[in-house]
Amino acid sequence: MSLSVPHALAVWRRNASMYSRTWKWNILPNFFEPVLYLVSIGIGLGGYINQMGGTTYLVFLAPGLVCVAAMNGASFEVTYNIYVRLVFEKAYDAMLTTPIEPDDVLAGEVLWAITRASIYGGCFFAVVAVAGLAPLPSALWVLPLIPLAGLLFAAIGIAFSLRIPNIDLFSFYFTLFLTPLFLFSDVFFPLKERLPAQWLWLGEALPLLHPVRLARAAFRGEASLILLWDVFYILVVSILLLAWARSGVRRRLTN
Amino acid sequence: MIVQLRAVSKSFGDRLAVDALSLDVPAGICFGLLGPNGAGKTTTLRMIYGVTRPNSGAIQVFGLDISRNPRAVRARLGVTLQQNVLIEALTPEENLRVFGRYHLLREPELSRRIGEVIDFLELGSHAKMPVRQLSGGFQRRLAIALSLMNRPELLILDEPTTGLDPAVRLALWSRIRELRAAGTTVLVTTHYMDEAQRLCDRVAIVLAGKVVEEGPPADLIAAHLAPEAVELDCSPDEEAALLAGDSPSLRRLRVGNRVTFYLDNAAPLIEQIRRQDRGRHRPLVVRPTNLEDIFLALTGTSLEAGL
Repeated sequence: MSLSVPHALAVWRRNASMYSRTWKWNILPNFFEPVLYLVSIGIGLGGYINQMGGTTYLVFLAPGLVCVAAMNGASFEVTYNIYVRLVFEKAYDAMLTTPIEPDDVLAGEVLWAITRASIYGGCFFAVVAVAGLAPLPSALWVLPLIPLAGLLFAAIGIAFSLRIPNIDLFSFYFTLFLTPLFLFSDVFFPLKERLPAQWLWLGEALPLLHPVRLARAAFRGEASLILLWDVFYILVVSILLLAWARSGVRRRLTN
Repeated sequence: MIVQLRAVSKSFGDRLAVDALSLDVPAGICFGLLGPNGAGKTTTLRMIYGVTRPNSGAIQVFGLDISRNPRAVRARLGVTLQQNVLIEALTPEENLRVFGRYHLLREPELSRRIGEVIDFLELGSHAKMPVRQLSGGFQRRLAIALSLMNRPELLILDEPTTGLDPAVRLALWSRIRELRAAGTTVLVTTHYMDEAQRLCDRVAIVLAGKVVEEGPPADLIAAHLAPEAVELDCSPDEEAALLAGDSPSLRRLRVGNRVTFYLDNAAPLIEQIRRQDRGRHRPLVVRPTNLEDIFLALTGTSLEAGL
């Protein structure tokens, strides 16, 4: 293991320096997006739904969408943005002329993706809270959950990004992986009520399902044992994928 | 020795990029690695700072094994890559700040060092403009400034002046000389022979991953060719006619219709050509033999022994 936290933070600060230039423009859409979803699907579609999972549809929808925002924030960062830094900007080639090692690059980038996920998810949560859809204080449990969801999707995305030969394959990642997750991970309807019992294990394999279940429990203020499984899933999958990504980042940056 | 390579080889798939290459770079000099594109220069540099791992051989930098001490070695050297790696949305000052942090520089040392390298490379007038608005020369100077942030003992420059105008090249050479005078060891790759000759105390000519010649530029020239060169345009038939009679025994190098003769004293040849040309004033270039001639001779354009 050759990880140096100060060097990883230097990698993080490179991205933060760039973001600090553009954050005013970047952050604005983060507030519009939740409003659009909540109005269109929550109020528009929700108007035809008496209740779901024991609450109004708007209340059912809100926690899942916070997790989706975190997922998207992390995913864009570790796919397109990392690829641009790797291939077009050659940022990592410059870093590796300094004491920075590939493990530091990986850690710094994952930390940055978690930061972006927290900004996206945090903005979404702020809108939801202002709209009165997040019962306080129990819904505040979502705040530590957002970076956890960011970690999970940073790990998945980076493991993918380091092993694809060209940037076009990201469209597969988004349309064939993230979009199905978005549609089938308990965000819009309770998956387990619609899935035959023998297929429930497949639902449990979906990465987004776990943050969504945790977020909904936080909003409802209900704890249960299955939440431990959700946290376990997120941590174990993240750790395994990041361990795998270590060899990938070394192979892409050195030879 | 600041850098020591012993029988270092590196292949990528079937292609052998560096072939049992050995090299010694002593402290405090400017050392040039010369060779055509694809000769293995950049791969050699990458092995020296530990980003490419050799298949065999040993590399020591500052007396340390680079494969075991990459962080310690890289903390003491600076590298300017062939392609500028700059953050275009940020200013030179902000770029230097980001890069200084890679070396874990902290305030107030970070700001002080930024000020020093901005002064040294005369970036002050543009220090607060976004990099994307800067000219190629400014961007190159900034790229070199980045590699000086950690006050390197060894500065590695991969084709530092490719694509720059003559004034910028001259300015950069003088900065590089200043660094060397202050004790920095400089390792530079180039395929500009004039650059190598003016800048380097020693050069190694690399061909197909091997060092074929090594030494001070003047010694290499003296060892291979006579000191004076006469250049002119003529076909091989014309050449035979011009040299007919009591021509001196001489070496020549032909590239297309351009032929260069190398001699200890050019005057008799010039007189003979004038005589044979019978009043026609063919343009002749008479100049000292330079590294370019040696390079062309060694890299395989047809150098023929004299008549």
